[in-house]
Amino acid sequence: MNALDFDWKPLLLVPALALLVLPFIGSPSTWLTLTVAGLAMGMIVFIIASGLTLVFGLMDVLNFGHGVFIALGAFVSTTVLGLMGDWTGSQDLWRNLVAVFPAMLVAMAVSGALGLAFERFIVRPVYGQHLKQILITMGGMIIGEELIKVIWGPAQIALPLPEGLRGAVLLGDAAIEKYRLLAVAVGLLVFAVLAWTLSRTKIGLLIRAGVQDREMVESLGYRIKRLFVGVFVVGSALAGLGGVMWGLYQQNVTPQMGAQVNVLIFIVIIIGGLGSTGGALIGALLVGLMANYTGFLLPKVALFSNIALMVAILLWRPQGVYPVANR
Amino acid sequence: MSDILLQLEGVHTHIGAYHILHGVDLVVPKGQLTMLLGRNGAGKTTTLRTIMGLWQASQGRLTFGGQDITALNTPQIAGLNIAYVPENMGIFSDLSVKENMLLAARQAKHAGQMDEARLKWIFSLFPAVEKFWNHPAGKLSGGQKQMLAVARAIVEPRELLIVDEPSKGLAPAIINNMIDAFAQLKATGTTILLVEQNINFAKRLGDQVAVMDNGRVVHAGTMQALADDEQLQQSLLGLAI
Repeated sequence: MNALDFDWKPLLLVPALALLVLPFIGSPSTWLTLTVAGLAMGMIVFIIASGLTLVFGLMDVLNFGHGVFIALGAFVSTTVLGLMGDWTGSQDLWRNLVAVFPAMLVAMAVSGALGLAFERFIVRPVYGQHLKQILITMGGMIIGEELIKVIWGPAQIALPLPEGLRGAVLLGDAAIEKYRLLAVAVGLLVFAVLAWTLSRTKIGLLIRAGVQDREMVESLGYRIKRLFVGVFVVGSALAGLGGVMWGLYQQNVTPQMGAQVNVLIFIVIIIGGLGSTGGALIGALLVGLMANYTGFLLPKVALFSNIALMVAILLWRPQGVYPVANR
Repeated sequence: MSDILLQLEGVHTHIGAYHILHGVDLVVPKGQLTMLLGRNGAGKTTTLRTIMGLWQASQGRLTFGGQDITALNTPQIAGLNIAYVPENMGIFSDLSVKENMLLAARQAKHAGQMDEARLKWIFSLFPAVEKFWNHPAGKLSGGQKQMLAVARAIVEPRELLIVDEPSKGLAPAIINNMIDAFAQLKATGTTILLVEQNINFAKRLGDQVAVMDNGRVVHAGTMQALADDEQLQQSLLGLAI
């Protein structure tokens, strides 16, 4: 596809929103701080939502239990980071990153493994039945939350940032939190890996094709259910990674944190166009920016600002910013 | 008659509460082009979808090359070297023409691994496929999409090619192009099962013909015999070829 064929309009929404609020915020340094915070939040939400949008696109499965993988990832990271206190307490940024990296890997592995079981025992019996999917996946999430309470206890657990990731980098008068820069970098890395996989590998082609027309992919001789299990596991692992990032962002974790983020994720995948990874990125960035801007400008409307954003987008494009063809 | 490649014996298909096929008996001889004709709603598309396992036969038996395929699922059936072009063409609009072709080339992991000589032959049949190789398939015209759908089905040699109404909605010039392409495919010995409403298309290509009505095959024989018998055409199809 050449650049002229690409639909640039949704992509322009992100800078348009950022520039639109600049006069209302007034101070460029405050604006920059809020914008980086919004982009960081958006990137974390994207990491969590990217798997869910593919799960819906591929198999038409409404997984309202996605939040449990977020919470599990976050709790696993409290354990792993707790065991690496010497590393997280170090002033050396590299030692901090070396501690965070295995925490992310273990969280992804555990969440991915739970995803495998979740698909087998909770999702598979209700393929093609949306109402049952909603009920049973929500039930699965509640069970998951209770199991987390059994293992880690019901109380909120602090997840302090490693020493080297605390504080801010000064850019003129703007203070940019170091951790938010890390979140943007991790989000961009996840997006790059996903985009490369989806556009440059045959498995990625199959996923994109399956999102558009499952039946035809099967008619070409591919077992889409196996592909779906793989995507579900990867999506769960990414939610686990997102849980680590979100937990560090909030600096605490609770068993209900996944359920609290669930609403945001669904807003993101609806804005993006169900099944579209690129759309999920745009949706997540918009949601992150909107939450931060309204939190600063109009705190009273911050709670429903993202719903209003979704409504506005759907009035413009009822299928989301990048609708998936053939659906 | 040549060896039988595909055979349906007393096949019934239910879709939800609806009983669509009422005991279909159909024989597709190897190396020939069999036309499946019939009025709208006769059960032609359902028959093709049942063969592909997209809808499971509730009764009866399907065999392919002597192997019972009644209980196989769609990927297993496609894995027996059967290619299927559905009525809606099944083009992946968000993918490029190249990516559509690559997906059908099961042996190739990337475009460079596709059989170059076969691609050249396909390009000679359908020049639009080469011309729009890197373009999004969704941007193609209806005729070009149909060419891509057939080209994709034959990107690797197949034992059986099943095509549902390839001429539907196409301009006469494109239909002639399509007829030439199927004639060349026939010449390679590929077995083809074609559902068609365009009777001239059927007459020019068909070796064998089966006519369906109310979920059953009500006539089977050679295309030539049907073309020569106006009374039979009138009684089966309500028209003369």
